[in-house]
Amino acid sequence: MLSLAAHQGASVAEKITKDCPLAIRGLTVSYGQKPAVFSVDMTVQPGAMTAIIGPNGAGKSTLLKAALGIVSPLSGQVSVFGEPLEKQRARIAYVPQRASVDWDFPTRVIDVVLMGLSRELGLLGRVRARHMSRAMDCLNRVGMRDFADRQIGQLSGGQQQRVFLARALAQDADLYLLDEPFAGVDAATEKAIIAVLKSLKEAGKTVVVVHHDLATVTDYFDHVFLINTRKVAEGTVAEAFIAETLQSAYGGRLATAQIDQISRALG
Amino acid sequence: MLWDALTLQLGYNATLVAIGATLLGISAGVTGTFLFLRKRALVSDAISHATLPGVCLGFMVLVALGGDGRNLIGLLAGSAVSAWIGLLCMNWLTRHTRLAEDAAIGAILSVFFGLGIVLLTVIQTMGVGRQAGLEGFLLGSTAGMLWADALVIAIGGAATLLLVMIIRRPMTMVAFDPEYAAARGLPVHRIDLAMMGLVMAVTVVGLKIVGLILIVALLIIPPVTARFWTDRSDRVVLLAGLAGGLAGYLGAAMSASAPNLPTGPIIVLVSFGFFALSLLLAPVRGVLAAVLRHLRFQRRVHIRQGLLALAQGQKIYEPLTLRLLRRAGLARADGVATETGKARAAKALRDERRWEIVRADQMHEATAALYDGLRDIETVLTQDQIAEIDRQIGGPQEVPA
Repeated sequence: MLSLAAHQGASVAEKITKDCPLAIRGLTVSYGQKPAVFSVDMTVQPGAMTAIIGPNGAGKSTLLKAALGIVSPLSGQVSVFGEPLEKQRARIAYVPQRASVDWDFPTRVIDVVLMGLSRELGLLGRVRARHMSRAMDCLNRVGMRDFADRQIGQLSGGQQQRVFLARALAQDADLYLLDEPFAGVDAATEKAIIAVLKSLKEAGKTVVVVHHDLATVTDYFDHVFLINTRKVAEGTVAEAFIAETLQSAYGGRLATAQIDQISRALG
Repeated sequence: MLWDALTLQLGYNATLVAIGATLLGISAGVTGTFLFLRKRALVSDAISHATLPGVCLGFMVLVALGGDGRNLIGLLAGSAVSAWIGLLCMNWLTRHTRLAEDAAIGAILSVFFGLGIVLLTVIQTMGVGRQAGLEGFLLGSTAGMLWADALVIAIGGAATLLLVMIIRRPMTMVAFDPEYAAARGLPVHRIDLAMMGLVMAVTVVGLKIVGLILIVALLIIPPVTARFWTDRSDRVVLLAGLAGGLAGYLGAAMSASAPNLPTGPIIVLVSFGFFALSLLLAPVRGVLAAVLRHLRFQRRVHIRQGLLALAQGQKIYEPLTLRLLRRAGLARADGVATETGKARAAKALRDERRWEIVRADQMHEATAALYDGLRDIETVLTQDQIAEIDRQIGGPQEVPA
């Protein structure tokens, strides 16, 4: 599982089965002439909670966006449950970074969650009672039921993040991809989000999270994917979240003391 | 006279214009809302200016085919072609070069408009056909509008409205969160293009009535007006349609009620009137409401500060504070507290101590976040919690909670 060396060049010819929620092979994404992600392979384990970690600008979010087809790669393949992305799109739910939208947009909390049901609603379908009750259930799961009629601009950062999570829950997907859901949120929100993610895992869903807080990795996740433009390591927390790989991913940016602390925490 | 115009009794032409302008106002308001929500309102300015070369080329083709160049459908088709080319150029510039959208808008707008003016001059020197009417497309000209013209406007406006209604959900999703929309598999670029295509259709339809220079006002002002009154995008769409339709109707009627009043500019001015009223009077987002809110807040701050000063026996120097305390019956003119004032001051001081405890205690983290120096503590804590805090403070307990 553990691969320290970055894969160079062509993709690995390896059988990708239907069980594999997300498999990325030889992915390179570039903004202008500078690759943000270079020749990355990733194999997400089904039913696991995986953290994508790495320093700022390491290509964590880009990797996620390329996996979803939001940015187009220079090279590489993405397969979702063993098939091309387009065929399995309905099974993926995405939670973008909170800062990526304008929160003064004229819409209510419940309307945002209903966007998660856009496939069922279609172009002209009416929002019926069953859609409403599903959306309310999702709000309830993130502790935001009482906020359904609020304008989204009135929410705190943590509440906004929970609304985004509720929208993803409404999709009833099998693979959840979250981009920095814990960035700048209050402690109550962090607790609420992690509880929801763990319940998803218990229901057999697969969760992948771009994460920045090294201190909570061992508590929250069972798999990690370390990236710094190239893949640094991939595997269970015990295998891949170790001083050696962290040093390799973060270089001088991570204080030795911090690494020692994490190593101790890992025993 | 105005009443006759409003009740459509000013004759055939005035009635046609009023109906056409109303329909145009509705479809422009509704379509423009999505442009506004997508924060690309100025794109409409580039699109509308890019219609001019098409109008001129359309005229030339019509004349070359042996007509007098007055066929509205022919001219509008020409304008649609050049507007679409302008739109594609702008799209290409923003997506494939480092030019930002505002720069691309400026470039397309001026180049296409310049080309159009050159062609207009060429046509005038040609001395063929009935070229005199072409300048009317700049600012609109409703004199001599025909039944067929009104029909083109009505059908075009209604078709645009129908299409907008069909793709309103994807357009809203793309406007709010384009990345999420893309992750759901929506073709974001094609939806954007469809949205701008609809704006182009409205522009082309509106050339006859308001002209290409002012159509942008009908696309942008109604949604901005509607935004003052509601926080829901579907209602912004409806209200913008209403504001646009009403402006079209009133503007057309007013311009018909007196000789030599231009229709398009009057419609725009009526639309601006609605905007100005909303800006001032809207209940939450309006300027007046904001001023009142600020004054109320300022009053609360001053009274609170005054009470705390009274409780600690300090002199109040700020005249506004003193005036507010006096008016509320909390202090006399010489700054001495009344009986009610003393009680309220003691309560304020105690609340301040209670807040100190709350803010120092990790247990009360969520409550502490609500601290603003003004809130009565019983609005955020239960009586039991307050009693517990009072026990920690100690001292006399007779202060009314």
